[in-house]
Amino acid sequence: MRELSLNILDIVENSVSAEASLVSIELTEDSHLNTLSVTVIDNGKGMTQEELLKAKDPFYTSGTTRRVGMGIPLFKMAAEQTGGTFSIHSVDGKGTLINAIFKTDSLNFKPVGDLHATVSALVSANPYVDFVLKYSVDNNEFVFDTREIKQKSEEIPVSSPDIVKWIRDFIEQNVNNLYGGVTDNENT
Amino acid sequence: MKTLEELLAIKSVTKKTMLVREDIGDDKIKIVVGMGTCGIAAGARDVLNAFVDGVAEKELTNVAVTQMGCIDMCKYEPIVEVTVPGKEKVTYVNMTAEKAAKVIEEHIAGGEPVSEYIK
Ligand SMILES: Nc1ncnc2c1ncn2[C@@H]1O[C@H](COP(=O)(O)OP(=O)(O)OP(=O)(O)O)[C@@H](O)[C@H]1O
Ligand SMILES: [Mg+2]
Repeated sequence: MRELSLNILDIVENSVSAEASLVSIELTEDSHLNTLSVTVIDNGKGMTQEELLKAKDPFYTSGTTRRVGMGIPLFKMAAEQTGGTFSIHSVDGKGTLINAIFKTDSLNFKPVGDLHATVSALVSANPYVDFVLKYSVDNNEFVFDTREIKQKSEEIPVSSPDIVKWIRDFIEQNVNNLYGGVTDNENT
Repeated sequence: MKTLEELLAIKSVTKKTMLVREDIGDDKIKIVVGMGTCGIAAGARDVLNAFVDGVAEKELTNVAVTQMGCIDMCKYEPIVEVTVPGKEKVTYVNMTAEKAAKVIEEHIAGGEPVSEYIK
């Protein structure tokens, strides 16, 4: 995967497949410790102990069309290659928590990239699932919650293209702000 | 800076187009993007977002942009299925954001599938 936000999309897709109604994506960056922690928590159907062991194995998938599952191993590898850690917890029938910690000063660290594009794609494709994004960089925090958007947009589905586009821009601006408001344009 | 209040403005505009949609009923055009690991690695996210942008730009009200899981054709990813009510499903392969714009123009808005992107 080119950037971390694509791995995150892939991990959240597992939550959606597991019939989660709420998925929380939390990024916590610490510029002094040079760490980025990424946590995905869902209230989907979870995994049994046996399924959990298999999920860490690149040759396991519960999908029927293909014999290998790659999403979790790729994410795990991305974290471990930076000298970071990976863990996964799951309770059968309750939900799953995946955490990866990245060392941001490693040469193998790939940038987070377009997290706003990840969230807007998820919202467009899964209007009945709620997504929460909690992004903090040192002492700054931004929280996005589709439940709040749905309250405001009322009868207009959050998957309406206009709303999805707005969500994408909204997240992009607020995440840029966490980094001191420096946008890509201003950088170049 | 974007604020949540801005949503309310979008809402009133979207509401007008929604009334049109109600006349059309549930017969929506479906654009379905493959979002398995292979699809995502090959660029499915940007393809999906390009379709959203195209639909918004053309103010098409009878279109849903959604997703499906992996269909085991990794080398053809990103794969996009377009279903126009009453017509046979069209499967586009190796899609990009640019190709998505052309599919919006010619197929979704124009009614003619883009044959060069079909396997
Ligand atoms: N959040 C989750 N909730 C429940 N089960 C999960 C979750 N995440 C992963 N799993 C289980 O672990 C398996 C492996 O996941 P992984 O993402 O590695 O591969 P996959 O989704 O099967 O295929 P792909 O390569 O397309 O991602 C899944 O098939 C599923 O059974
Ligand atoms: Mg997966």
